[in-house]
Amino acid sequence: MNNFDYARATDVADAVRRIAADANARFVAGGTNLVDLIKEGVARPSRLIDITHLPLDRVEDAADGGLRIGALVRNSDLAWHPQIEARYPLLASALLAGASAQLRNMATTGGNLLQRTRCFYFYDTTTPCNKREPGSGCSARDGVNRMHAILGASEHCIAVHPSDMCVALAALEARVLATGPEGDRSIPFAEFHRLPGDRPEIDTTLRADEIITAVELPAKCFAKNYSYLKVRDRLSYAFALVSVAAALDLDGGSIKEARLALGGVAHKPWRNRAAEDALTGAPATRESFARAADVLLREARGYGHNDFKIDLARRAIVRALTQAAAGTPQSQADKRIR
Amino acid sequence: MTATSILGKPTSRIDGRAKVTGAAKYAAEHNVPELAHGFVVTSAIAKGRIAQIDMADALAVDGVIAVFTHSNRPKMAASHEKYSDDVAPAGKPFRPLYDDRICFSFQPIALVVAEEPEIARFAASLLHIDYEQEPHETDFEKQRDHAFVFKGDGENHSHKRGKADKAFADAPVKVAAEYRMEVEHHNPMEMFGATAVWEGDGRITVHDKTQGPVNCRDYLANVFGMKADELRVLNPYVGGAFGSGLRPQYELPLAVLAARALKRSVRVTLTRQQMFGLGYRAGNIQSLKLGAERDGRLTSFAHEFIGMTSQFEAFQRTCVAWSSQLYKCANTDLVQKLVRLDQNSPCDMRAPGGCEGVYAIECAMDELSYAANIDPLELRLVNYSDRDQMEDKPYSSKELRECYRQAAERFGWSKRNPRPRSMKDGHELVGWGMASGIWEAMQLEASARAVLGANGSLEIASATADIGPGTYTMMAQLGAELMGVPLDNVTVKLGDSDLPQAPVEGGSFTTASVGSAIAAACRAVQKDLLRVAQKAAGSPLKGAKFADVEFADGRIRRKDGGAEVSFADAMRAGKLDRIEKEASAAPNDKSKFAHYTHSAIFAEVKIDEELGVIRVTRVVNAVAAGRILNPKIAGSQILGAIVGGIGMALHEETLTDHRFGRFMVHNLADYHVPVNADVHGIEVIFVDEQDDEINPLGVKGVGEIGIVGTAAAIANAIYHATGKRVRDLPITIDKVMRA
Amino acid sequence: MAHHASAAASRAERFAAPAKTTVTFRVNGTNRTINVAPWTTLLDALRVNLDLTGTKKGCDQGQCGACTVLIGGRRVLSCLSLAVMQDGAEVTTIEGLARDGKLHPLQRAFIDHDAFQCGYCTPGQICSAVGLINEGKARSPDEIRELMSGNICRCGAYTAILAAIEEVMANGRAPSGGAAR
Repeated sequence: MNNFDYARATDVADAVRRIAADANARFVAGGTNLVDLIKEGVARPSRLIDITHLPLDRVEDAADGGLRIGALVRNSDLAWHPQIEARYPLLASALLAGASAQLRNMATTGGNLLQRTRCFYFYDTTTPCNKREPGSGCSARDGVNRMHAILGASEHCIAVHPSDMCVALAALEARVLATGPEGDRSIPFAEFHRLPGDRPEIDTTLRADEIITAVELPAKCFAKNYSYLKVRDRLSYAFALVSVAAALDLDGGSIKEARLALGGVAHKPWRNRAAEDALTGAPATRESFARAADVLLREARGYGHNDFKIDLARRAIVRALTQAAAGTPQSQADKRIR
Repeated sequence: MTATSILGKPTSRIDGRAKVTGAAKYAAEHNVPELAHGFVVTSAIAKGRIAQIDMADALAVDGVIAVFTHSNRPKMAASHEKYSDDVAPAGKPFRPLYDDRICFSFQPIALVVAEEPEIARFAASLLHIDYEQEPHETDFEKQRDHAFVFKGDGENHSHKRGKADKAFADAPVKVAAEYRMEVEHHNPMEMFGATAVWEGDGRITVHDKTQGPVNCRDYLANVFGMKADELRVLNPYVGGAFGSGLRPQYELPLAVLAARALKRSVRVTLTRQQMFGLGYRAGNIQSLKLGAERDGRLTSFAHEFIGMTSQFEAFQRTCVAWSSQLYKCANTDLVQKLVRLDQNSPCDMRAPGGCEGVYAIECAMDELSYAANIDPLELRLVNYSDRDQMEDKPYSSKELRECYRQAAERFGWSKRNPRPRSMKDGHELVGWGMASGIWEAMQLEASARAVLGANGSLEIASATADIGPGTYTMMAQLGAELMGVPLDNVTVKLGDSDLPQAPVEGGSFTTASVGSAIAAACRAVQKDLLRVAQKAAGSPLKGAKFADVEFADGRIRRKDGGAEVSFADAMRAGKLDRIEKEASAAPNDKSKFAHYTHSAIFAEVKIDEELGVIRVTRVVNAVAAGRILNPKIAGSQILGAIVGGIGMALHEETLTDHRFGRFMVHNLADYHVPVNADVHGIEVIFVDEQDDEINPLGVKGVGEIGIVGTAAAIANAIYHATGKRVRDLPITIDKVMRA
Repeated sequence: MAHHASAAASRAERFAAPAKTTVTFRVNGTNRTINVAPWTTLLDALRVNLDLTGTKKGCDQGQCGACTVLIGGRRVLSCLSLAVMQDGAEVTTIEGLARDGKLHPLQRAFIDHDAFQCGYCTPGQICSAVGLINEGKARSPDEIRELMSGNICRCGAYTAILAAIEEVMANGRAPSGGAAR
């Protein structure tokens, strides 16, 4: 760890003031990713601004019939919140698929959005990594890349975003609320995380002097036909090789509206409107699901070790949509995949 | 030995309370006064030399006490031999911080010592290190053609009987296949650490994470030119090791080096990442060619094993011999080879050699069963060997047939549909597979002390360790039983190099080795006790020979009934407040028998074929390991080893980036070991096995046997479920999809 | 000999020791005040500053669960918690579960079921199980397995850990180890 100062923010305005005053300061809440990164020497903040005492820990009804989740609501509290369990079970399921009970007790909604990649090279300061050290090169492209991206990668970075929660939020079309010196912003979820391009060191469109205050869920919640399916190298406590958030609005046997987002495959939770459009109006059948998967994966490419993820993603999409259509979402406790 | 009231009972661990309350202190938990904290810096490159280390910034950090590197370290022994140890393979052992040479990535190259742990870690990040890099080679597959037979360790790693080639050519049923395993790391939960306590007069006491305190003390004495009595190594609690703590690891000499230089107590703890720079289970390639008659009888067995080692040592264990102990076959060609890589040396990892070799042997036998259209269990019985064909000796005991029978019955093997892909549970494919397990039942020379108090207390002591198998409890049970006192009267001391000398704890030999020494020490105490009892005026034991009496319930009794004297009365008569005896026991090297432990493992997997997700839903393992002193604790050994086998089969692999010559998987998020959700019903059966020849206690040890064969049983079950043979471990999702 | 520290003036500021903060929290029912730098984790504060070494360091990066403690009755990883952020917290460690020499039911059950071997992950397993029971979400063996999957046991005692927890759950609510939510 490097030597950093510690300060406690008294309110949101104070937090913004403090972060704006020091380009190398970082907010800390759950600490589940940042503290680890500091220990590894990957993150070297000058100051940590403790925001855990800000009043951002509530889940409230939003004006449009949706739900507003405070940025400091812990992942476990969110997963087991009655409103989330009843109305947004896709989100609850994705949360429970992530990390461990202890980590979920610590990790916050805002922090989960800002998780950094788990790329081997990003974490190992002896190797080149453009995300950690811009311009040093991407070691993963020709290296050990079993966990890496098959979609949206660039020659500079093939890292993936590790969150499960964010995959569900992408499918649900959440919005991220942020506050900065220039006021409040509401960022559509699809625009919150970014692709690596030639600036892989930047994960999100959040500005350095902004703080996430909440995540808003729209009223449309897909509580009936949904599934979060996570495929990983052991049955729990592992990052996704591929995960799929599937949500359907069915009219009899045909699909009125579909949402499909993937985790573990790209620098951001991967959502593809064309794939969803391919499902809209189609019968809820395996054939339709396979077509959607083909559309979604049309541009997919592997880098060697992770070639299998293209086929795995295709199969997982079909299965998750099948589970969603049948109203038999994947359990996160019973490890038999339905 | 006969049935008793103490041995064979499922007694709870006597160290259990210390472990569940947090009172048990491990190596890095001794917060002695004036303790300084060391953080190790390791090499970023695999091969070359350190051109320069600029430590000015690190030294400028408030609270930094010193930085040690090869260029400023205190005097250490020069010759490689001084860095050898009881478990070292042939070669030139690594000398930590000795010179500017880099032999492997993650090699320790500097130690930063500071007043607080985080200060040391911070300062370590400020060392500026210039390397002169040289081309390295870590790619095992690429070096395969340079594999060679190493004969310098005095062991015979090749064996030929008959004409395997010809028999294979002539065989009506054949299997030829190649199996692979990735590098695995032990990853015990406790990270390696040593607290070197500066005693003020030049003496050093070290709390170290090790499987052998005596081995470590002797190593330190050699490396630093100290006398054995200036050093004491303690390890009363060890947070797992699985072989990684057999040899002294570098935290030990570094902590001692710093403590001596600074005349101050120093703790050095490795990080989880750094532990991937310690030894590992070598990745390997195994080629097997099996020929058989149509009825399944083996006519040819050829097994070539290629393992990896470092440039400076030749690490290898018995890998290919096991088929000659398990199966009758007249024509055999067995050979082991090594490939040298720019990596650290491998080291023993639970059932080293056996675990790897038997995996391939038992998968090949499974393949043969399908080729010959014979039930896999039947094939084992058809080829069952009553002799060890390597040594041409009969077994002192071998209840493997009974293992097969009992495990198969409990598992329900008779209900198996032999056809692959024939069994289903919903949409999941169900697979049932089986394998045999075998491990050598070894004994090494060891010593122990027994101290009987006038109040009936008994202390049993030996410089062995308890890394988790329940050595404390074993020693207490044996002491109580053999001395004839209640279990509650017994205290145990271990994990201290000052105690009567014992070998490292490992290889499943501790119970046989230390247990036999305890038996000898108790017997010596009893002889004294009888003598003093007989001195008392009017002693009812007068004239009795040692063989005429028994010691039980704190009393000496004539076996012919009647007369008895309590231990307390005897000692009062002799005016003794204690009787203390130390004794040693050594194995019978002239035995005409082969000594092995056996097992039969049956596994069920359920597989979502589309997604490649495998669940191990049931494992039944029947073990024949001689006398089981405590079925509860011995059972835990098997349960835990099976979990290790699940990891070996499905999860564990340390992937290397050959461009950097570096293990890129170096944390517990990326190095997958089974978690609770991965483990379902496991049943352990101990098959009765009487063995009066092996040692007077009739024990064989159970530390390794549970992992041997487990991965093969799972791999075979996966084949039965899917009809796809995946021969490379671990069997991850991508391999199931690709097969 | 080793080079000893002698901070150059120009570097003095860059490499000064971090300022320490006073943190007061309740640990196992007792108020404790420590003086720590921001970079000190709760885990190191417990193990080094307070000599409460029952809480274990297995990976120091949130990947094994050995450092699990209860804060306000909730299980968390002390290796990823900074001590300075715990001012006013109510922390329960393994040393705080037994009362007046009487073991917590989970401690008893872990011994009875031989739910450990080397014992190093055990304090974390037990604290995690206390948290699991406090949460009240695990009802089936599958749910217990899943919700205990953040605690790695390399000795592989999982089946016994499950049995121990099931037994305590079947026997009614166990003491919660600090204020429950």
